[in-house]
Amino acid sequence: MQIIIALISGILFGLGLTISQMVNPNKVLNFLDISGHWDPSLALVMLAAVSVFGLGYKILIKPESKPILAQSFSLPSKTDIDKPLVIGAIIFGLGWGLAGICPGPAISNISAGEPKILGFIIMMLIGMKTANLILAKSNK
Amino acid sequence: MTDFTPISALLGGALLGISALLLLLFNGKIAGISGMLNAAFSKQAGKSWRISFLIGLMIAPLILSHSQWQLPQHIETHWITILIAGLLVGIGTRIGSGCTSGHGVCGLGRLSTRSLVATITFMSVAVLTVFITQLF
Repeated sequence: MQIIIALISGILFGLGLTISQMVNPNKVLNFLDISGHWDPSLALVMLAAVSVFGLGYKILIKPESKPILAQSFSLPSKTDIDKPLVIGAIIFGLGWGLAGICPGPAISNISAGEPKILGFIIMMLIGMKTANLILAKSNK
Repeated sequence: MTDFTPISALLGGALLGISALLLLLFNGKIAGISGMLNAAFSKQAGKSWRISFLIGLMIAPLILSHSQWQLPQHIETHWITILIAGLLVGIGTRIGSGCTSGHGVCGLGRLSTRSLVATITFMSVAVLTVFITQLF
């Protein structure tokens, strides 16, 4: 059952990315280009997503001790602002700003068959593996 | 150049929020795509729901194939830039524990300070990056 929920949730997420056109790197880059032909669409996407999720979180999830189908909520436990958080966000922001593609839209774009998307995804996975090695070393 | 599309933006954004809510309410999981991708391609247990979500994410645009909302057919950015960007996105999302979905949507929605710092940081750096690349 959890697999079905995950599939439905994934489909809704993909529909959201496609309808909001966050799958279009130009749209993302035009949002980030505040000094050019600014397209504020992404701000409204974030606003709607955060409002719906935030409100639902407060009303439906916070009062509950456990989720409907699982034993517990898997929420991040870290609260401190550490170096990796900021350095990672800087590196991610750099990559996002260069191409206008983040992980979700990359996956949703696969079916269009643009080879650059596959190249992006392969490099992203290599980047993740590399980062995992760096993190494992620094934790020793 | 792209046009400001407020209705599609709000509708699409609301769907992202509903998706993340559904996953947390039923499965107790955060809809963080970079985390799912990393786990789906590693040896750790509990991969099946993540792969299932990613398949949904991939097939969703096909459902809209006869609508006005289409995937871009061509990406203009140079190959070398795309490849460097992919690498940076992979490294950054692992070290910074999340991307636009995990930090930007779920984290902000839960009023997490860590996610607020991460989102402001990657947004500012991305704006600055676009500003600099526009100069060339």
